[in-house]
Amino acid sequence: MTHPSDTGPAPVLALKGISRSFGAVRALRDVSLELFPGEVHALAGENGAGKSTLIKTLAGVHRPDAGQVLLDGAPVVFHGPGDARDAGIAVIYQEPTLFPDLSIAENIFMGRQPRRAFGRIDHRATYEATAALMKRLGVELDPDRPARGLSIADQQIVEIAKALSFDARVLIMDEPTAALTGSEVARLFGVVRTLRDQGAAVLFISHRLEEIFEISRRVTTLRDGAWISSEPLDGMTEDDLIRRMVGRDLDELYPKQDVSPGETALSVRRLTREGVFTDVSFDVRRGEIVGLAGLVGAGRTEVARAVFGIDRWDAGEVEVDGRKLTNGAPSTAMAAGLALVPEDRRAQGLVMDMSIERNIGLTGLRTTVRAGLMDRGAERSRALDWAVRLQVKYARIADTVDTLSGGNQQKVVLAKWLATAPKVLIVDEPTRGIDVGTKAEVHRLLSRLAADGVAVLMISSDLPEILGMADRVLVMHEGRLTAEIPRADATEEAVMAAATGRTAA
Amino acid sequence: MADISLSRAIRWDTVVGALLVVVLLFSFGFVDGFGNALNLSFLIGNTLPIALIALPMTLLVVSGEIDLSVASTAGLSGAVMGALWNQGMTIEAIIPICLLLGVVCGLINGLLVTRLGLPSLAVTIGTLAAYRGIAQIVLGSDAVTDFPSRYLEFASGRIGDTSIPDAFLPFLALLAIAVVALHATPFGRSLFAIGASEEAARFAGVRVKRQKLLLFTLTGLMASLTGIFWALHYASARYDNATGLELSVVAAVLLGGIDFDGGKGTLGGAIAGVFLLGALQNVMSLQDVSAQSQIVVTGVLLVLSVLGPRVARQIAVARAGRRAAGSPPVSRTPAPTP
Repeated sequence: MTHPSDTGPAPVLALKGISRSFGAVRALRDVSLELFPGEVHALAGENGAGKSTLIKTLAGVHRPDAGQVLLDGAPVVFHGPGDARDAGIAVIYQEPTLFPDLSIAENIFMGRQPRRAFGRIDHRATYEATAALMKRLGVELDPDRPARGLSIADQQIVEIAKALSFDARVLIMDEPTAALTGSEVARLFGVVRTLRDQGAAVLFISHRLEEIFEISRRVTTLRDGAWISSEPLDGMTEDDLIRRMVGRDLDELYPKQDVSPGETALSVRRLTREGVFTDVSFDVRRGEIVGLAGLVGAGRTEVARAVFGIDRWDAGEVEVDGRKLTNGAPSTAMAAGLALVPEDRRAQGLVMDMSIERNIGLTGLRTTVRAGLMDRGAERSRALDWAVRLQVKYARIADTVDTLSGGNQQKVVLAKWLATAPKVLIVDEPTRGIDVGTKAEVHRLLSRLAADGVAVLMISSDLPEILGMADRVLVMHEGRLTAEIPRADATEEAVMAAATGRTAA
Repeated sequence: MADISLSRAIRWDTVVGALLVVVLLFSFGFVDGFGNALNLSFLIGNTLPIALIALPMTLLVVSGEIDLSVASTAGLSGAVMGALWNQGMTIEAIIPICLLLGVVCGLINGLLVTRLGLPSLAVTIGTLAAYRGIAQIVLGSDAVTDFPSRYLEFASGRIGDTSIPDAFLPFLALLAIAVVALHATPFGRSLFAIGASEEAARFAGVRVKRQKLLLFTLTGLMASLTGIFWALHYASARYDNATGLELSVVAAVLLGGIDFDGGKGTLGGAIAGVFLLGALQNVMSLQDVSAQSQIVVTGVLLVLSVLGPRVARQIAVARAGRRAAGSPPVSRTPAPTP
């Protein structure tokens, strides 16, 4: 746990004793970090540990109150993101912002396209420069293809290519894998390794610890804005890293209780939505946590949407507790005891500029009512009750949810649905993008709900989560259920085989 | 810093309310002829049509939609009323028919928006022209003035020797209903949610399309009620009654702090906006400002009232961003599409 002062190449970019406060909040306190060429360095820490502030300091968005940024050993001051970019520092964000109607090549060379006579854009040169970048990254993407319709993974690769076109020597990747599937992550890592081998310094941020171990050589850990450690990952375990991040031993990440399942609560029969998913049948019994695994695009979320009534189905039927649900009617699904914690909490799970109280209250518009009017006392106590039960960290219940951290936002979504006392709870990527401490809390909550007799269907792209929490694993591939694996037989290999369609299971 | 939007909305309401008081006090003190009973009854009477339509319009804008065809629906109702009266029907039979017509007009808007997914701005600009055109076909250039005196007196009369029009009391009842509906019922709650995030509302089980259809229908109904009132109040049913009224309604509602993007505002603010606009128009008339110039003022007010809260919010966000840790306000702005 010492500062890196190994021999070897000099750091291309370093932070020395950086502090940065926002009002009374000390976001960074005396943080140091060294990035070496040809090395992937991970940055670990819970939400609110100061990772974003550190990245923004490196990227020239924030200026430190104290401390130095050293470029090739010499102190520099970035007056804005442009300075950092000119110094060869590029940041790849979780959600790229490309112009959807422009081609990949145009996006990369936006505003600085090669020109021909009379200032006309030289399309051919732009195309070829882009093709060369793609080749250097070892990926196949047609430079003429419009950005619209590219997967997030491909969009990130375009952003990386753009960074390369600025001769970036330092690549900062802020949770690039959060929205990617397993195979997309593998491809992204291939690109990262290529860059590393070409001598780039990479700072990699991820909530998925196994990814940190897979791609990085060193890790710097932050906690509450303070530097905790910078050390090689060799010989460290995930538990070691978690301990540094949370400052204490974490309770088990997957606290699954043993439950003997009761009667069927959710029954899906031959459900089909043309061109999306076909002939999907399964049951979830009371007390069970059923994992629904598969690659992104396999149709898992789409099945959940149809079951809840957001989208219509073309054939089949859905029963909750023996009651047939109406096609395309979330309100009747809710009335039957179904709850859906959707995949995108910012767009679907929450009304971002409404208060915590009103967001939780939104599922109670039929229950916290007296004589046709809102019962404000009941609405508030219902919201407070559930916010406290789930230990949401907030200042005031009337604060808007966009003031909360991602983990706390997810707790509000859960609170909103648990307040309806659901018989069946569908959770879609329940722990995506939230820190490891909150993740364990969400898992404990799901386990306890199941033990209390709720039927839980858990969609997740996080395989350890599926394997750790599910009593049974259903696997989808290209719109069909391809496997049902009991907990005892569920291994990463078995699930991945079914998810990629390589199985006869 | 938390809850910028709410505190901002409350402050905007208060600002408009205070502004209304200031304008009224100023006018009583310094504008000749403002304070006499006859002028005040003109003020209220002329503002009532705006206020009546502002009730459903507020709910509609809160839910993220708009209806620009209201004035044409009002005109069409008046025209049909005149035409049927000329045919010799009784007024008691005509009024329900006109109200039903308003319902149909609103329903058409609502179905086009909710079933075909068209933007309400475009749909209702279209029906603005269409409904007005039908009004002209129905009544031509006639003006029908000989409605029964009992009705004319109600629509233009005053309570005793006060300056309060008879029609003001029914309006207050409708206002009370609208306030309760928007601010105290599950229905109102769902409108704010729809306006702030339609998708999140749908995922919370809110029946978005049904609520919107209901709102458009109610708006049509209130517009036709206003058209009937207009024809009786001015004792003249013409095809071009209430032309341009939608401008005043939308300007007043936005002036009252209803966010054009939906999800924010209070009915109290909207009504304060209506009477502020009404008072300004009245004062301008007393000062012999031409009708054309008044329209210019209304238009400028509309732009300012869209601009005002937005600038105020950006200042608040910038201030909060400087104070708080984490994301600077720039991260809120999405990348522009070329």
